[in-house]
Amino acid sequence: MIHEKGSYYLPSPSYWPIFGSCALFCIMFGAAHWLHGVNWGPPLFFVGLALLFFVMYGWFHHVIQESLAGLYNKQVDHSYRWGMAWFIFSEVMFFGAFFGALFYSRISAVAELAGDSTSLFGASALTHYLIWPGFMPHWPLLHNPDPSLFPAPKQVMEAWGIPALNTLILLSSGGTITWAHWGMIKNKRSHVLIGLLLTVLLGITFLCFQAHEYITAYEDYNLRLTSGIYGTTFFMLTGFHGLHVTIGTIMLIVILFRAYLNHFNSEHHFAFEAVSWYWHFVDVVWLFLFVFVYWL
Amino acid sequence: MNSIEHAVDQHAPYNSQGFFSKVTRWIFTTNHKDIGTLYLWLSLIMFFVGGAMALLIRAELFQPGARIISPEIFNQMTTFHGLIMVFGVIMPAMVGLANWQIPMMIGAPDMALPRLNNWSFWILPFAFALLVSTLFMSGPAPNFGWTFYAPLSTTYGPKSTDFMIFSIHLLGLSSILGAINIIATIFNLRAPGMTFMKMPIFVWSWLITAFLLLAVMPVLAGVVTMMLADRHFGTSFFNAAGGGDPILFQHVFWFFGHPEVYILIMPAFGVMSEVIPTFSRKKIFGYKFMIYAISVIAFLSLLVWAHHMFTSGIPLVSELFFMYATMLIAVPTGVKIFNWVATIYKGSVTFETPMLFAIAFLFLFTLGGFSGLMLSIVPADYQYQDTYFVVAHFHYVLIPGSVYAIMAAIYYWLPKWTGHRYNERLGQWHFWLTVISTNLTFFPMHFLGLAGMPRRIPDYALQFADFNMIATIGAFIFGFSQLLFLINIVRTVRGKGPHVSNQVWEGAHGLEWTLPSPPPYHTFSSPPTIDECK
Ligand SMILES: [Cu+2]
Repeated sequence: MIHEKGSYYLPSPSYWPIFGSCALFCIMFGAAHWLHGVNWGPPLFFVGLALLFFVMYGWFHHVIQESLAGLYNKQVDHSYRWGMAWFIFSEVMFFGAFFGALFYSRISAVAELAGDSTSLFGASALTHYLIWPGFMPHWPLLHNPDPSLFPAPKQVMEAWGIPALNTLILLSSGGTITWAHWGMIKNKRSHVLIGLLLTVLLGITFLCFQAHEYITAYEDYNLRLTSGIYGTTFFMLTGFHGLHVTIGTIMLIVILFRAYLNHFNSEHHFAFEAVSWYWHFVDVVWLFLFVFVYWL
Repeated sequence: MNSIEHAVDQHAPYNSQGFFSKVTRWIFTTNHKDIGTLYLWLSLIMFFVGGAMALLIRAELFQPGARIISPEIFNQMTTFHGLIMVFGVIMPAMVGLANWQIPMMIGAPDMALPRLNNWSFWILPFAFALLVSTLFMSGPAPNFGWTFYAPLSTTYGPKSTDFMIFSIHLLGLSSILGAINIIATIFNLRAPGMTFMKMPIFVWSWLITAFLLLAVMPVLAGVVTMMLADRHFGTSFFNAAGGGDPILFQHVFWFFGHPEVYILIMPAFGVMSEVIPTFSRKKIFGYKFMIYAISVIAFLSLLVWAHHMFTSGIPLVSELFFMYATMLIAVPTGVKIFNWVATIYKGSVTFETPMLFAIAFLFLFTLGGFSGLMLSIVPADYQYQDTYFVVAHFHYVLIPGSVYAIMAAIYYWLPKWTGHRYNERLGQWHFWLTVISTNLTFFPMHFLGLAGMPRRIPDYALQFADFNMIATIGAFIFGFSQLLFLINIVRTVRGKGPHVSNQVWEGAHGLEWTLPSPPPYHTFSSPPTIDECK
């Protein structure tokens, strides 16, 4: 294949994608069988997961080698930028679905179940009168319409304890990564490394606090996934956010290593920027979580 | 293009000899033309799979009474027919067209992210393996319709539902990656001088479709994730006993579902806007308005989802809002129809197969649009909801809309891709059989629906017998006439037809027609300059 200098880099055929598809298939096929109690489900799932990690390692390794070999011009860099930006947009829409479920439940479903037929989306109060006439509306739900199926939590999460602290932690991690970016622009490696290290540590601290909170919720508050719509939205939203923080932290660690290996300079550091965009996105999602899940 | 590249650029990546390298060429490929071909073949195969399921459904409905398949199988067939036709046929076909055409139309060397492009395709066979595997498992396959409403799919869903959920996750991932690639390509890889307002409308329509995909596929992933959690982890998104609401499912699903229909139709608009000017030998009428119209349609499509839920008990205020918003879509759609007709007006029109399909599109898609308007009227919808009228409506939109456009596109561009003319006579036979049988199949369904025949029912009252028999006969004619399509494609791909020039069609404009037919494996390795071509 001919590459004129300055022309758009076209990669040669690659085996990573097909291995990635095999990995995804094993993960999904294994997970579904796991859910059905089939004994070879979990092993298949983990084999798939291991294969996926291997593919990600190999694929990114390949891309990094190409990047270091100087095959990527400005235009290629722009493609990656557009790609990452719109990938983050799709993630925003994914969270949007769950926030939508939260708002709908709070505004409409709970009110309707409590016999209020004036809400915007809900219409009928019949469920209330015919099935659960005793149900009272309140948020967070401390009594579910049918407590025998969905036992309610004893207590709800308090916003101004650990969650507020976590907000501070994530916000300052957004600051430290920006500070690292300044170092990148000024080509100061130690500055970058310190900034990234601080960000990673703040991310890990956040995750530890979050884990502590989950344990408290499960053991002390009896607040679980099965505690009705409050527990459902609480754990699904914060859980997916926590998953994204975990992924973001892993990506930050990779970037930290790459910065240590001198992969970046002030001109050429899109990988760093992509991860920092992702980190800011995770940050903003948390702000919404804090306001709508914990606080209001 | 310089001479060195000519010597190197073959129609295949390298001399692929031996079975193994022939297979790996297709599995490892990062070439937009190869990947486009893969998408299109997958789509064609799934078209016959999904079509066979439809024929099974129609065979059961040939006469009243339980005849061929059990109600359980019938329900599985309606579910699979819908899922396969939407995700396995129309979407891959449109993405295949995008892969082949967008780089050639904007003067790009390839898609912006070629390896990701390969992955977008190669996720699909695995996703469908996951989905179709449920048909061979003990216990029923998914049997609640392609809309998989909760609680049918949660509390009462068969075990196999989980495989469908994971399959949809994979399909969503594939679409999202594909959409990202298309956006990056169009934003970043246009040849110098190819400004946005010079881009072919096909490229425009795909750009907007890609945004819609990014906006709604993650929401689909979200809703199936909620289903999974409700089914296995004790959450209560769709369970009123825990404070949730099954209606929430419908809101989230249709927030995806309605724009999804536009994802299926907007690339078809793009195809029409290429085919009609070519065979009318005129420029498209109202280029800018075509683009504004697609943008407005895409935007409105995000605000009309609850027109699928008029009978679910949503309040009057919402019903009114969604009714008027839905009706509003008729305005930009009308602009498009008007512009296509105005393009044909006073053109020197010839009627090759692509143009025939385009004209059938104009008439029959408009008909489907009108029945859509009827359905958008709330009090009328109370009558039509869940009847065969709805089936008639969306099949008129999807077959003469999306499927005819795909067929027109194949007949239109296949000579460019292969260097050979398809068999025109066979094409005309295919067209007339298809268009007559489409109407034979679906037109009577309007009457069935208005008379009250419910959809998704394996048996029906005696008074519906005649129209059902006609519909079944039409469906079988439709199904078997598609074999002509298959034969024509295979013949052309194998080089049976006469050679074509670079221009192929006398009235065609655009960069792809400046390339040789078939185009070399790599095109526009150095970008062309765009001057007054448009
Ligand atoms: Cu709709």
